[in-house]
Amino acid sequence: MFELDRSQYPQKKPDGTLDIDLSSGKYLKLWQGPQHPGITGNMAIELTVCGDEVVEGKTHVGYLHRGFEKLMERRTFMQCFPIVCRICVPEPDFNEYCYAAAVEELAGLEVPEMANWIRTLILEMGRINSYLMYLGGQAGALGLGVIGQWTTYVRDLMLDRFEELTGARIYHMFILPGGVRDRLPEGFAGRMEKALQEIESTLGDVEKVMFHNAVFKKRTVGVGVIEAGWVDSYGITGPNARAAGVAKDVRKDQPYLVYPELDFELVTGKDSDIYARADVRRRDLLLSVDLIRQILAKMPKTGEVMAKLPNVLHWKIPRGETYVRGECSRGEYGYYLVTDGSGYPRRVNVRGPSYTHSIALFERMVINANISDVAALLVSLHTYPPEIER
Amino acid sequence: MVMQALYDTLKQRFPLGELTVQRDNLAFITVEAVRLYPLLRYLRDHEGFSHLVLLTAVDWLEDGQFQLTYLLNNRAKCQDVGLRVMIPRDKPEMESIHDLWPAAATYQRELREMFGIDFPGSPRLEEEFILEGWHGIPPYRRDFDTLAYARETFRDRPGRETRDPAQHMKQQLYGDKGDV
Amino acid sequence: MKEELLKRIVKTPDGQEIEVDPLLDYYCQEGPTVQPPAYTAIIEKLFNWARSESLWILGFGTGCGAIEMRPLMTPRFDAYRYGIQWRPTPRQSNLFVISGYLSTKTLKRVIRSYEQMQGPKYVVGLGSCTINGGMYWDSYNTIKRLDDYLPVDVYIAGCMPRPEALLAGFEELKKIIRAGKAEGANLYAKNFEWYKANQKSVIHDWDMPDYNW
Repeated sequence: MFELDRSQYPQKKPDGTLDIDLSSGKYLKLWQGPQHPGITGNMAIELTVCGDEVVEGKTHVGYLHRGFEKLMERRTFMQCFPIVCRICVPEPDFNEYCYAAAVEELAGLEVPEMANWIRTLILEMGRINSYLMYLGGQAGALGLGVIGQWTTYVRDLMLDRFEELTGARIYHMFILPGGVRDRLPEGFAGRMEKALQEIESTLGDVEKVMFHNAVFKKRTVGVGVIEAGWVDSYGITGPNARAAGVAKDVRKDQPYLVYPELDFELVTGKDSDIYARADVRRRDLLLSVDLIRQILAKMPKTGEVMAKLPNVLHWKIPRGETYVRGECSRGEYGYYLVTDGSGYPRRVNVRGPSYTHSIALFERMVINANISDVAALLVSLHTYPPEIER
Repeated sequence: MVMQALYDTLKQRFPLGELTVQRDNLAFITVEAVRLYPLLRYLRDHEGFSHLVLLTAVDWLEDGQFQLTYLLNNRAKCQDVGLRVMIPRDKPEMESIHDLWPAAATYQRELREMFGIDFPGSPRLEEEFILEGWHGIPPYRRDFDTLAYARETFRDRPGRETRDPAQHMKQQLYGDKGDV
Repeated sequence: MKEELLKRIVKTPDGQEIEVDPLLDYYCQEGPTVQPPAYTAIIEKLFNWARSESLWILGFGTGCGAIEMRPLMTPRFDAYRYGIQWRPTPRQSNLFVISGYLSTKTLKRVIRSYEQMQGPKYVVGLGSCTINGGMYWDSYNTIKRLDDYLPVDVYIAGCMPRPEALLAGFEELKKIIRAGKAEGANLYAKNFEWYKANQKSVIHDWDMPDYNW
């Protein structure tokens, strides 16, 4: 188990930093990333190792910084809408939803019911995409290449449904302040059902090949444990917290969109190691499949999808501030929006779940980890760098 | 209503500023900078606001102030409280809260770099976080002009047209019929 | 400059003290050189054919375009059938796909990775943001024109380009290579001073040698 063994651990200096003398020959500094196969996206971790044991890890981010929060301050409320989705690449829809919901709340817009159903559908589809990416990455970090081939294949099927609905594979730009762009196309539910069945059958295979695999179990069970007590102090949300036994999910805690009308139970685990987190995500994926079926069955057949907007070129929103959150595949995603009565946002702050997971939490967890487990550990936190630095 | 009750409870212990109730479960309270730390600790230990959702700053350039927003979440009661702290813009300095939440150190590093707000005692504050080799005004301040900076630092490819959307739409819709 | 890059005295195991200047000692001082083509046209043609059929991409996802690399590797789009594969290290690869916007911090790492690649090497700029800034035209932290900093052979427009567009771009690159026009590495060596001046004008803390391979 993940016991802190302090025998190898360097002593602490009075100011709290570690006393690591690189010239002593006992320690070695090792960079993993930004150009490295064992890293998620474009970030870097600076490891100090003693033998094959990590004594200190530092996360370096900022390689993907584009200054969104600054750029949005000089764009009108509608001009912000096409750029927000680019903040997080693998699951862009949460940016669109959170931004739209924050603007609607401050502007006092009422969203038609049909739009809420379509929004929920899109968010759940995005969640499936993100989890499929994760399963491939988690298996790939431990050398199981074939899982990534399978999950990317079924992810393509889901991207086809996105393309049919929104016209784009990656950046959908579908959820805009006031509603959504369009209704579902003819026969969408039937084609979606086919994709869902394919996903379910692939996940059955993934379970056999990955979760029952002796090598995968041996390298993940008991490795990288998050203690339940860390959940609040490190700001852990989403599957990372649920795998630690804390049933924390915005979909249940503060239901938004049409989640109150859907029937579901939260997925939790108890071991809180890499294996438990992967398993929670696999079961959460199956939950999303079920939610999509419920949404398609329960959603109204007709109705408006767009509220009446003022002239968006001269749209001014009165002074106010708000925070809107949603549960994305990695945890709590939120937008803090401040307006000052002008036609531009005063300040937008994006709270991505990876922000705390991959910096404070990861730097804590990597201590005393084996160097060969670092890649799997980082992937198991399911972090996406672009939402850290925006 | 619930948020008002919470405000009244807090008011008995701490001098508080203005209360803004945004939703049933979200309110913002203005506090003085010196009262913030004990208030945060009280909220965390006694009121169940154990999750620090975010810590960010807003630049009110015209008032000469930075607004720091500490957003806390109480999961059991599903309530959120945002604490607004106004600090002067010419001497931006605030008490560090990294010993209440270790994750806060990251937010403070970001604020230090992007707004130039100092948090004495916060770990690794001097290290570069997002930017590299940045000189000049911290980029998230309002008086930093990103367009001007980009124009003088990076070269445009010739042929790029930039239009003002309002003007452009007017021309597209009404042609040369004049002002409508 | 970082502490580990500064000049310092290091004690060897047998007690000797030696001075180490990482910037001079750990890198080669030699600049890049222009590689002339082979003696005869027919051999050069054979070489170019061979080069065009084995494009090995450096696995460095510099921006959001990296997300479409995964579908390219998998059965539906299957770039492997065109002789394209992904390698984990610059030493083994000859094609650098700049997948999207480059922040100045990444640009520094990209230059290093590019210079470590073996020639002849090619660069593909992916997405509108490498062409003219794209969505981030007014951002203070992303470069606008990639060809100011690295010699680019092919641009693939779009935000983000579809996998099919990438495949078409790779086919285009193959044609250029076969025609013997993909002279990126030589261009870089020939205009080395100009590229360095451009790179240094946006990277403010230049703490590496001018050419590191």
